[in-house]
Amino acid sequence: MADVFEQVKQIVIDRLDVDESKVTLEASFKEDLEADSLDVVELVMELEDQFDTEISDEDAEKIATVGDAVNYINSKQ
Amino acid sequence: MLTGKAALVTGASRGIGREIALELARKGANVAVNYSGSKEKAEAVAEEIRAIGQESIVIQANVAEEDSVKAMVKETIDAFGSLDILVNNAGITRDNLLMRMKEEEFDAVIQTNLKGVFLCTKAVTRQMMKQRAGRIINVASIVGVSGNPGQANYVAAKAGVIGLTKTAAKELAARNVLVNAVAPGFITTDMTDELTEDQKQAMQSMIPLGKPGKPEDVARVVRFLASEDSNYMTGQTLHIDGGMVM
Repeated sequence: MADVFEQVKQIVIDRLDVDESKVTLEASFKEDLEADSLDVVELVMELEDQFDTEISDEDAEKIATVGDAVNYINSKQ
Repeated sequence: MLTGKAALVTGASRGIGREIALELARKGANVAVNYSGSKEKAEAVAEEIRAIGQESIVIQANVAEEDSVKAMVKETIDAFGSLDILVNNAGITRDNLLMRMKEEEFDAVIQTNLKGVFLCTKAVTRQMMKQRAGRIINVASIVGVSGNPGQANYVAAKAGVIGLTKTAAKELAARNVLVNAVAPGFITTDMTDELTEDQKQAMQSMIPLGKPGKPEDVARVVRFLASEDSNYMTGQTLHIDGGMVM
């Protein structure tokens, strides 16, 4: 769990160019991390690559926070 | 000029699509030749591309079906290692006067000419966004700007393509994926050979340059939009119509 979080966190920091302290499990990509819709699409694509998984459009739409992404990846592994 | 670029041209077995595929290849691109029904003609285009010295593959796919579109895009990326240029050219006509036009005729043209562009564009965006580079060129039509009696379905689809071009351009601009359209006028192809002499005469009288265009005239503009010469253009529709619509 912690490991996945650390990896997701690093991807978020790289992609969205945000401060590490802001990337908490509760942080919403759009509200707290100032991502636009396309940023989120790209994040999802990056997560797919890094964790070697396929995230369907339906599932991707439900990923709103960093915690959602971590939970989704954990549920697939 | 397009050295090493990977291109996918839909509806490339004949007409304007064929000429676009060959033109891109002449400038150094490897080209996937998509066709729907004309396998032999598509194979012949691929052979010509190989004779030019570029790689080519032939892919059968109906652009109106999402699964086959996805498979086509994957096959292109697997073959060439990237996908830099998509030319949405595949199109059909089912001409009829509005009051006589059957629902099936309307739907068939919208499916291929408009939904097909949407599906192909959607399917390549992932790759192009990741590359942080890509060119999508949609072959619309001048009648999508001007309207044309007997072509309510075709005109609606082509006008839709112009709108789709602008939206895709805005959505993808931040990722350096440029989306433009061309709007050919009266171009001599199999599609226009079906017109009567009277219809052809009437068309020509409306063209300031006084003659129909050739598929090469369109292909060269598409090549420009695929190249670095058009780096600062997106969301545009270029008329290639001898001045017919200004």
